[in-house]
Amino acid sequence: MTETTHHIHHHIKLSEESVQKQTTTINLGPTHPATHGVFQNIMEIDGERVMKTTPTVGYIHRAFEKIAERRPFYQITTLTDRLNYCSSPINNMGWHMTVEKLLQIEVPKRLQYYRVIIMELSRIADHLVCNSVIAVDAGALTPFTYVFQSREHIYEIFEEICGSRLTTNIGRVGGFERNIPDEAIRKLNTFMVTFPKVMKEFENLLNRNRIFMDRCIGAGPVSAEKALNYGFTGPNLRATGVDYDVRVATPYSSYEDFDFNIPVGTTGDVYDRYIVRNGEIWESFSIIKQAIEKIAQIEREDPRQKDIFYAQDAEHFHLPAKQDVYTKMEALIYHFKIIMGEIDAPVGEVYHSVEGGNGELGFYLVSDGGRTPYRLHFRRPCFIYYQAFPEIIAGGLLSDAILTLSSMNVIAGELDA
Amino acid sequence: MEAQFPDLLKDWDTPFGMLTFTADVSVSNKVMQYLYNDEELKFRFLTDLTAIHYPDRTGEELCVVYLLHNMVDNIRLRYKVYVPITKPDIETATNVFATANWLEREAYDFFGVNFTGHPNLTRIMNPDEMDYFPMRKEYPMEDPTRRDKDDAMFGR
Repeated sequence: MTETTHHIHHHIKLSEESVQKQTTTINLGPTHPATHGVFQNIMEIDGERVMKTTPTVGYIHRAFEKIAERRPFYQITTLTDRLNYCSSPINNMGWHMTVEKLLQIEVPKRLQYYRVIIMELSRIADHLVCNSVIAVDAGALTPFTYVFQSREHIYEIFEEICGSRLTTNIGRVGGFERNIPDEAIRKLNTFMVTFPKVMKEFENLLNRNRIFMDRCIGAGPVSAEKALNYGFTGPNLRATGVDYDVRVATPYSSYEDFDFNIPVGTTGDVYDRYIVRNGEIWESFSIIKQAIEKIAQIEREDPRQKDIFYAQDAEHFHLPAKQDVYTKMEALIYHFKIIMGEIDAPVGEVYHSVEGGNGELGFYLVSDGGRTPYRLHFRRPCFIYYQAFPEIIAGGLLSDAILTLSSMNVIAGELDA
Repeated sequence: MEAQFPDLLKDWDTPFGMLTFTADVSVSNKVMQYLYNDEELKFRFLTDLTAIHYPDRTGEELCVVYLLHNMVDNIRLRYKVYVPITKPDIETATNVFATANWLEREAYDFFGVNFTGHPNLTRIMNPDEMDYFPMRKEYPMEDPTRRDKDDAMFGR
């Protein structure tokens, strides 16, 4: 050992093993363009191979479960917005349905179908982001710019319905805050015409693209056994060949009325996850088409349904329209009672889950009869499956690790709650 | 199952269609293994694991809730295990499900449940230096010194 290295040893105080080791320690994240969110991975790499990964989560933890214990039910919807913010409406609706299950409220069919339309639109938006970002991480920026226009159209529909785009706070317990405006329906119909062409173009660019296939096939594979043991759900589980979908296993919001397939993969690698999501986009599109027809049929048979936008037995929990509050006694009373927290929920514990953009999103609600939950737990799909990430990428290339991360659709807001 | 674990399982109920029961802490892991291995029961998917704090239940303040799923027959089941807050020890479920790893770390982080045998029971969301368990009920959301917000006026 020369005198110089000895000198460095003395001052920097590196442990002997860190000087001797043949691998390099790198930080991927917490803020890095390829992590798409704030989470850190401390990686031990040998050349281009990833040997060991230690993920750190919790950078944007906002204590939603604690905050929820202080909020009445209708104020918790805004917290669910900020879980998986790529498909907020699914979170919102999932929460409304959890409360409706506790209160035993039956929502009219027409509104259930509108919920299905909104949820499937957000699934399409979610998958478009995820799949186009896989391509970006593989080096192809063009497909991303193509489909973002369609995501924009979906957000415009949300904007017409609820006034906001990303964190939507859409709908209310028992239905919607107001009726679906005609402009939203017009925009939806336009979307139904324009979207298939864009999607076809997107698939033509990538599905059989030799470079893309070479990059994705075999990268980050997961076996079905490992996926089940790690609690995978959603497209990541289906890419391994397990046909578990909450919409089929425990249907909610009348999903049993629809005819659709569950796309599955075989090897559970990046390419399978990509293909499964693309398949789901087409299935979602077909579900929306069916829902539009079903709504039209309901409105033909009973035109009065057109004016109903929330369940009648939800009036204790549904804020009345402002003009009614000023002019009608009943509405004023309900408004006062809801805002002042005079309305108690029944005692009980409910678990309700929906098929979120990236897996089974569950709400475990324990109510002790107060106006707020006694305990509320969110089963966040990506928090559960992200723990398998170090095992999936071990031994693979660093560039494959980046692709695996984006193909798993890990959303920091949901990861950290 | 009653025969397998005499006097250790109780409070059988089905709130909102989900079978629920309470297991004694001494058999919490054995119950899970039994549900997993039995050829008829086949509860081989851990959907969720979390904890609840009941400060008024003396001797069983902390409740650990497991949510299992039999995907073949599509049946869900929930079981609870109560542990005293003075000695919140419970066997880890990581020997059965890899899922349990981070979920147990989360339950430890927020409630201080001590999962014995866990490979890495450290905080996951909160800073490592934190010396309390924030989801316990003794830590209120609002600043208790404030007088302008009276809880009696707002339900809770």
